[in-house]
Amino acid sequence: MSAESDAVAPEGRTVLEPGDIARALTRISHEILERNKGAGDLVLLGIPSRGVPLARRIAARIKDVEGVAVPVGALDVTMYRDDLRRHPARSPHPTDVPPGGVDGRTVVLVDDVLYSGRTVRSALDALNDLGRPDVVRLAVLVDRGHRELPIRADHVGKNLPSARTERVMVRLADVDDLEGVWISS
Amino acid sequence: MKRHLLSIDDVSADDAATLFATAAEMHDVQKRQVKKLPALRGRTIINLFFEDSTRTRSSFEIAGKWLSADTINIAAKGSSASKGESLRDTVLTIAAMGVDALVMRHPASGAALQVSQWVDAAVLNAGDGTHEHPTQALLDAYTLQRRLGSLEGRHVAIVGDLTHSRVFRSNVKLLTKLGAEVTVVAPPTLMPSGVGSWSAEAGFATAYDLDEVLPTADAVMMLRVQRERMSGGFFPSAREYTVGYGLTRDRLAVLGPDVPICHPGPMNRGLEIAADAADAAQSLVLEQVSAGVAVRMAILYHLLAGDDA
Repeated sequence: MSAESDAVAPEGRTVLEPGDIARALTRISHEILERNKGAGDLVLLGIPSRGVPLARRIAARIKDVEGVAVPVGALDVTMYRDDLRRHPARSPHPTDVPPGGVDGRTVVLVDDVLYSGRTVRSALDALNDLGRPDVVRLAVLVDRGHRELPIRADHVGKNLPSARTERVMVRLADVDDLEGVWISS
Repeated sequence: MKRHLLSIDDVSADDAATLFATAAEMHDVQKRQVKKLPALRGRTIINLFFEDSTRTRSSFEIAGKWLSADTINIAAKGSSASKGESLRDTVLTIAAMGVDALVMRHPASGAALQVSQWVDAAVLNAGDGTHEHPTQALLDAYTLQRRLGSLEGRHVAIVGDLTHSRVFRSNVKLLTKLGAEVTVVAPPTLMPSGVGSWSAEAGFATAYDLDEVLPTADAVMMLRVQRERMSGGFFPSAREYTVGYGLTRDRLAVLGPDVPICHPGPMNRGLEIAADAADAAQSLVLEQVSAGVAVRMAILYHLLAGDDA
């Protein structure tokens, strides 16, 4: 996803309003807790850039429900991408592993859009170098289809059927000054 | 970033900021149990050293290995260069094996530039004669910036054998580019000829009296007295050099405990730097070494990871 911060709403059809995003994240938070039977041993790792604020929001909701502060971190995948050679070298984002590490934990990877699945594959490789979680799950705000790898999300905010030619744009108030999800051709 | 790293002239202030940001992430990788990133998998890096080196060569080797590149060391001693092969033939032979990067140290100034015109691989200058040592300057500036917060307006004193120092030449260029006020200090015999017009043009100061400079310094960089490059008497005795230009215990007291001290190594303890200064809490000598790996990882990543050229 492009990272330009721009207060003007992107062109195209609005798919999720701020209220929709809030409700989707609340539901995902409950799903994560239900699936995990509570907040024990959970670690949320956001994939930069927009997966990180999403992971923080989910953690805040889990705290509201369970009263437990779940560790939140960031997992950068830049150096693990399979398309490194196709682009000029990109600067890596910070990787921030919570103090307890990931060994023996249930790690929930959080990203904004699930598309080809290649980012998630990179994230699984990156995670492998950090330790050995018991379980790894995937939560995404939008699943737009067109997978190129055998990867699926455990928790999805919205399934969004799209054409490959279309662009899906996620903006989050924490980083972009406006909030919503848009699709344009 | 340009294709080669031959001189600090190839690095803009923006490039340096990008490299330092990447290096900070690489620094975190050093603390992990698994110190390995797959970014340069399948790339081959040759360290071609025509001069002795411990830290630069091993630092480049570790940096390449942690990025999953295949790194191979060739020392001129024991290579065909000692059988009389020309530099051009040596380099073309290595390039013909299909390498992606050539890290080169050579006693002749300009050797890296010359080689970059012969081969397709990216050339990284790891020291050419008395000309430049850009990766050392980048790791020095990175280390100082981490300690001082920013280099903008900070006063850095570079002290020692300037005539023979490629570290000094690269550092002056980079530190002034990043906004630092630089004063270079040396005995008259070790002040490079023509430094007057260069300093006026590049905006750094020169001085012959270390004790006048130290009280206003925010950081001090001591340089090694390079006896192997000295044929004649540049100073009467080692003792006299230390009295005039060494970072002695007395001068350490003048500096105070908060002014960081750098030295690119290897140190001549007791000559240009007293053991008290080298081992002081404010000494960044070992931080420079660990930063060296992180900064070289960042450089190799940005030069080699991108699109197949």
